[in-house]
Amino acid sequence: MAKKLNMRKRYELLTRGLGWEPTYQPKEKVFAQEAYEGIKITDWSKWEDPFRLTADAYWKYQAEKDKKLYAVMDSFAQNNAHLNLADASYVNALKLFIQGVSPLEYAAHRNFARLARQFSGEGAQIACQMQSIDELRHAQTQIHTISHYNKHFHGMHDPFHMFDRVWYLSVPKSYFDDASAAGPFEFITSVSFSFEYLLTNLLFVPFMSGAAYNGDMATVTFGFSAQSDESRHMTLGLEIIKFLLEQHEDNLPIVQGWIDKHFWRAYRLLGLVAMMQDYFLPESPMSWKEGWQIYFVENAGALFNDLARYGLRMPKYHEIATAEADHISHQVFGIFYNYIHAAAFNLGLPSEAKMNWLSEKYPDTFDKYYRPRMEMWAEMAKEGKRFFNMGLPQLCQVCQIPMGFTEIAKGEPMQVAYRVSEFRGDKFHTCSDGCKDIFDHEPEKYVNAWLPVHQIFQGNCGGATVPDVLAWYHFHPEDGGDYAGSADEARWKAMKGTAASSTAAAKTAPADAA
Amino acid sequence: MAVNCIQGDYPSINMDSVDRFHGNQLVYVGWDNHTSISTANAYPLPPDMPFGALTEAVLPSVLAPHPDFALIDWGKVQWLLDGQTFTPDMSKSLRENGVGHKSLIRFKTPELTGYKGTGN
Amino acid sequence: MSEHKVFMIFQNTADAQPFISAFAQENSAATLDYQPGMVRIEGLGELGITQAVVSELAGREVNLQELHLTLISLSGNIDEDDDYFRITRH
Repeated sequence: MAKKLNMRKRYELLTRGLGWEPTYQPKEKVFAQEAYEGIKITDWSKWEDPFRLTADAYWKYQAEKDKKLYAVMDSFAQNNAHLNLADASYVNALKLFIQGVSPLEYAAHRNFARLARQFSGEGAQIACQMQSIDELRHAQTQIHTISHYNKHFHGMHDPFHMFDRVWYLSVPKSYFDDASAAGPFEFITSVSFSFEYLLTNLLFVPFMSGAAYNGDMATVTFGFSAQSDESRHMTLGLEIIKFLLEQHEDNLPIVQGWIDKHFWRAYRLLGLVAMMQDYFLPESPMSWKEGWQIYFVENAGALFNDLARYGLRMPKYHEIATAEADHISHQVFGIFYNYIHAAAFNLGLPSEAKMNWLSEKYPDTFDKYYRPRMEMWAEMAKEGKRFFNMGLPQLCQVCQIPMGFTEIAKGEPMQVAYRVSEFRGDKFHTCSDGCKDIFDHEPEKYVNAWLPVHQIFQGNCGGATVPDVLAWYHFHPEDGGDYAGSADEARWKAMKGTAASSTAAAKTAPADAA
Repeated sequence: MAVNCIQGDYPSINMDSVDRFHGNQLVYVGWDNHTSISTANAYPLPPDMPFGALTEAVLPSVLAPHPDFALIDWGKVQWLLDGQTFTPDMSKSLRENGVGHKSLIRFKTPELTGYKGTGN
Repeated sequence: MSEHKVFMIFQNTADAQPFISAFAQENSAATLDYQPGMVRIEGLGELGITQAVVSELAGREVNLQELHLTLISLSGNIDEDDDYFRITRH
């Protein structure tokens, strides 16, 4: 009987020597995207896969994951398990997720397919093929899971259309478009390392744990099912960095520049997650700041300590991001409170219990800066003058988030940070040193930005009034506004058999929006 | 530094050039120490509009709900145009006051520092 | 100290239990942090399990790659073979 091969040997036999030297066309034409970014690869065979997962094992385990997930989804639907949620306001986190995250999964699917085609090394090709399939699976399972909620709640009916048009969804879209418009090595550094390795834990782990805490077992299951793939993707991110740095010393400054840029871009994008974490979950198992401490400060600290041998340092401005951990969720919430009449989800001022939780989690900042803001808004609302911002915000040219971040690192947390660059005679405004550096490095790229506010003023978004623009977004009038008095709240109460809230008749959008 | 390209130059289109705004120019106006409004706002305005129309008509359309707004003494306001202190001439146009396309105007109201003085 | 931290996060499910228990049993210094739906196993420098122990705990022959079914996240450098799985950072 033949001796059973060990994992290493089996893996090598099944994943190596699968390529060939092209003869009809020169290799650099077949892999036309491999050289132009300046990355030097001398020997693709040095590629080491962190997990020795062969194609047969991959399909077997993925099939099993899907089987489990769809069983949960079926029973969730059969049992009307959405009724077990802690509160329907929780669903707003799912709305932002399906609008802003699932389209990124699909974009990742397309881009990893590109990488699988453009890298000439077989090990990297296989890893990227598997990831491309994973990302498609994530988009599909998220759509399937959330489709159950779409039957009962608003704002989840057309996420892919919204993703291409809506002002706040231009934040995730522009991040991914930026990476997609770059070469394959920059893309993989951006998405696999800066986003997935450094920051994706902050999206999935505390958020899915929060879903569990709030009774949403369907989301927990798709989240953790996706995250089991994510572990593989993260290790791919780490592998690509090590591989590039081992291949040639000239790669170091290029890779460091990409890590700096995409860390900052991905971090800015996660401002939306910070808001979800601290303000959308009726019950929060962990604050944004606690998640940041565990999954970025400790984890990335250990990682970069590990990578120092290659000459790599922590991403630029990481200390600013850490200083901002005390503020960012509150500031992003503030922006959405201003403009919730133009969003496809609901939110509301935090309850007294929630504010006390925020005070406890943010002892240095919440009571001093942000509780007074909530109190002021509550007073205005009580007088029937709920504050809506009836203008349009100034947007950052790079991250496209309304420019509401402040000079925290300079010790002026209530002073909005303004940065500006001049290029070809025009001004370009950015929200931070991080975004300004990104603009200044490649201004030719960022002047192309499709900034939603400016596009509205140019007349490219369905009309001049708020309802015109919202219709062009495919929003329905009941999709946005305050949670109190929303259509979702009324429906939730009807489903639960409790009386509609006394505020149900209150306006959820400003009277003069039309 | 130029953007890396597979071939040729990176296609670069200024999506917000002034000619795209139908005769208007973009102006951003932010009120310091009032972060409950969260950001400076963007306004498409005719360059010939008198600066005074900004304080009389444009800003109230957005800022009037803030409890401090009605208390502003416009004679005491400190102005910054694109990072430099300046004193606008209310009767002259935005252009004559040096306000260009995508200029940022900030103003400070020293005696008004937001809700209970918290910068909100 | 924390610069050598490694961790594994699993779903807190019956399927993951033999893996979670093996990590706890085979890494006496490891700490287990239970959060809703998940458990984070943290160690300094190294965390490892062997196929023999996981199989013993599961009461059947386990392929260590089954950990892909319930793994949520990890931090460290992976080293794996048929009879062991470990993550390290030194």
